[in-house]
This record gives sequence, C-alpha cells and structure tokens, in this order.
Amino acid sequence: MSIRELTCIGCPLGCALTVTLEETANGVEVTDVTGNTCPKGAIYARKEVTNPTRIVTSTVRVSGGTAAMVNVKTASDIPKSKIFDCVEALKGVEIAAPVQIGDVVLANVAGTGVNIIAARSIAKN
Amino acid sequence: MMQYDLVIVGGGPAGLAAAVAAKDHGVDSILIIERDKELGGILNQCIHNGFGLHTFKEELTGPEYASRFIDQVLERGIEYKLNTMVMDISADKTVVAMNREDGMIEIKAKAIILAMGCRERSRGALNIPGYRPAGIYSAGTAQRLVNMEGYMPGKEVVILGSGDIGLIMARRMTLEGAKVKVVAELMPYSGGLKRNIVQCLDDFDIPLKLSHTVVDIEGKNRVEAVTIAEVGPDRKPIPGTEIRYTCDTLLLSCGLIPENELSKSAGVALNPITSGPIVGDNLETNIDGIFACGNVLHVHDLVDYVSQEATTAGKNAALYVQNGAAADAKTVEIVPEGGVRYTVPKFIRPTEMEDNLTVRFRVGDVYKNMAIATYYDDELINKRKRPVMAPGEMEQVILSKKKLAEYPDLTKITIRIEEV
Repeated sequence: MSIRELTCIGCPLGCALTVTLEETANGVEVTDVTGNTCPKGAIYARKEVTNPTRIVTSTVRVSGGTAAMVNVKTASDIPKSKIFDCVEALKGVEIAAPVQIGDVVLANVAGTGVNIIAARSIAKN
Repeated sequence: MMQYDLVIVGGGPAGLAAAVAAKDHGVDSILIIERDKELGGILNQCIHNGFGLHTFKEELTGPEYASRFIDQVLERGIEYKLNTMVMDISADKTVVAMNREDGMIEIKAKAIILAMGCRERSRGALNIPGYRPAGIYSAGTAQRLVNMEGYMPGKEVVILGSGDIGLIMARRMTLEGAKVKVVAELMPYSGGLKRNIVQCLDDFDIPLKLSHTVVDIEGKNRVEAVTIAEVGPDRKPIPGTEIRYTCDTLLLSCGLIPENELSKSAGVALNPITSGPIVGDNLETNIDGIFACGNVLHVHDLVDYVSQEATTAGKNAALYVQNGAAADAKTVEIVPEGGVRYTVPKFIRPTEMEDNLTVRFRVGDVYKNMAIATYYDDELINKRKRPVMAPGEMEQVILSKKKLAEYPDLTKITIRIEEV
C-alpha cells in the first residue's frame, strides 16, 4: 500500500487530496480518496495516479479576420504525455476567418482522438 | 451633453455583468464605455481554461466566458462605445470621455458603475536593481503579446512573482517553446492558486523558489542574465545565496492594483488596504449613485465572483436610477481583525441588505487548521474551520438578514481568524 498527496486542479478550491494505492495483480489500484469536497476530486485523483490528463489551450493564426490570433482548446482532456505533441501539431496551422466558437480547427490531434476547437469567434475583416 | 441613466466605465467581465443586471432590473438607458477595441476586457487574453466553473458549471477559456456575457449585452441591445477613454468623472456624475470619432464628449449620468479593473505592478514600483534593457515585461503584457498579437517575447525566461498570471505564463511560454528557468517569489508562500502551481509549474518541472527575489539584471540592450537571491524574514537578500540565470526575458507577476484614478477624481473614498473604493452592502461608494464592482473594487481570484458582484452592483444601480438615493438606514461596520486584512463590503444596512450577503476578504498570512469566526458585537455567531487559508485565495462569510434582525442594537460585526 502506498499514499500519494495531490492538489486537485478541478476548480480553484484546490483541495488537498490523499490517495491510497494498492498493488494488485492488475497493476496499481486506487482503494481510497480523501480530502475532496466534490465527486470531481475523486475522479481527478483516480485519473491523476493512473492516466493523468489535461485540457490543452493554445492559439493559431487567423487570416482575413479582425484579430491576428484565435485561441483554441482540446474539446476534452488528453493524456498529459501528449501535451507537447499537441502543441507541436498546432505549429504553422492557420485558419481563415470567419471563425465560430466550437469550429474544429484540427481533427484527432496527435492521434488522441480529440479535436482541437476554436474557443473564440473571429469575424471576417 | 449626452444623457444616460447609467454609465458603466469598463467593458470587461464586471462592466458586462453589471450592464445585464441593470437592464434586467428595468433600466433602458445604459452606456458601457470601453477603452479597448472590443468588449471582454482582460478575459480576451486569458486563453487558459478554468473560467465559469461556478457560473456555468463548465470549464471555459477566458474568451468563451466573456462571449457569454457579450452575447447577453448584445441581445439586450445595450449601447457601448469602444476605443473610448474616460478622462474624468465628477461627483455630480458627469463623465468626460474621448475617442477618435466623437472627440471629447460629456455625458451626464444618473448613476455610474466603476468597473475599470486593475493593472499590474511595474518594475518601477518594485525597485529592482540592475540595468534597464529590453526584455522585461509584466506577465500580462507577455500574455497579450503571445495570445493576441502572436509574438513571443523571448526564449529563455525568468519569472519574478508567483501570481496567477505569472504561473499561467510559465506554462504558456513553455508550450510555445521557451525555456522557463525559474519562478522566484519574495514571500514564503505563493501568491497564486494551488491548482496553478500544479498544472503550470509541476507539470513542466519548472522550479518555484519561495523567499527569493531578483537582485540584479544584466544586459545593456537586451536582458542577458538575472540574478536571484534568497531573502530572510525581513525580506532582505541574504549575501552568498545568489544564483545567476542566463536568460533573455524577465516576466514580472508581482501583484495587481485596482485602477482608481477616475474614482479619486470623483471624490470616491478608497480603502488603503485594497486600493479600491469603500462600499456598503449595495456596493455603493461614499458618493451617492456611484457604485463599484470587480477588480477595481478589490482584486479577485475568480471571474465568477466578479460576475456575481457586478450583478449586485447593476441591480442596486438600477434601484438608484428608479428610486433615487436609498432612505437613511442604520449601518453596521464590519471590522476585520486577527489576520483578516479587509472586507468587501465594509459596512452593511441590516434592514436593507439582501437576505444572504456574501462578505469577501483576504487573510494576511498562511493559516493552517484555523477558523473564520464571526462576532456580532462580543457574541460569537459562527465559526468555520478551514484546513488552509492563504493570502492568494479569497475567503468569504455569509451574513443572514434574518439572523441580524434578532440583533437590533448591534454596533459592529467582527470577522477574525482564530484557533479552532
């Protein structure tokens, strides 16, 4: 049995979580999570010790729009180990205005199965 | 002279939410004045996620959060002027503003909401020794350059100050290919949210050095190196602890200051602790009909709380427009003590206030396993244990109108940090 101390990143409360891990035949298993004030904390703790994930946000260039850049994000969280592959894939990507919030900017980024979507609307210039 | 019932100075999250609330409470003649070229304020450059968890129950980026409120403003047909700078506000609620189309304009308002936000503490205000080369930016300036203009301020970065924008920019610069060598923080604790330490520094193995500050900046044309040193309890550098980092960029994230020059010219009384206006439960300043909300009132951690506060200001400004000044009512002061630095609001009207009033404040130090205690005069009313409290994270107490009605002779409310 081992214990891991984590800070939940689910919301700005930043709960201090204590995760109890048990070595089993199927690998490491989470047997207990304490310190969370909401169910999100328990979900985060289980993910964080087995397969940590993050939402990635960045920007890409826009042509012909009222702004030079549009900010984008992964439509859902992706494995932490894929963060740099994700931003690498966004290098050099340029999209044409108009852009609507939710438009797919890049499908299946870095083989994660997750799309990069626009997080801001940009009108045509 | 133009005339509006309500003029809102600032089109960021506070101004937008205040405008929506005022309109929904029956004020039709509203003007929002914004100095930038678009509504949304600083949210437009905050491309990270985590906004709106409380308000919308989902994690939005800054521009997405802003767009929800911009849409509400547009749907209601609320007027706004962009690229317009307010130059002066007078106590009789005349606003002087200017822009390229209209030149100088005078606007007479029945009520005004101050929603100007805050600005970053600059190098000049920090007294950092060393040369004054290019490559020294406030974290927010760097954020705007990277996220909105598409420019990278540098390749090798040292960050002074662990405020949230500094932490967010440590991650952002790293993702864009820069090497962030260290984040130095003068205080023995971080000024930012714990979640940002985890996901912005720990995720990328960026070291955070607490109780450290910058003691030298090298480079004549461009930053070439920055030296940091450990500081003692007196916050003075300890000789012999210097570490030199070669770098081309220094970002400063050393605190935010409410931007109250206009408030001062109107004669609004400010609290020296928050540098923001002193307000009552209806968020009205000492000047009748001038209200304040958002970061101009006190610096918030969460935009969700800004929106809530602005909604209160908008509603009360609407009441003022419709009914004139509130009837004289008994006021009770809230006294911050024992680790509580200030409260917003500073006083309440027990007979006029909302049924459940949120009082927000910050503590002056890190407290572990202590409690927030609320006293009505000398009687302990409520005690709430908190595992950790830190200056970087805003705390709150909720006051009940019903409970206060049981204390008609109350003279003061005290909020303090105590042993459990």
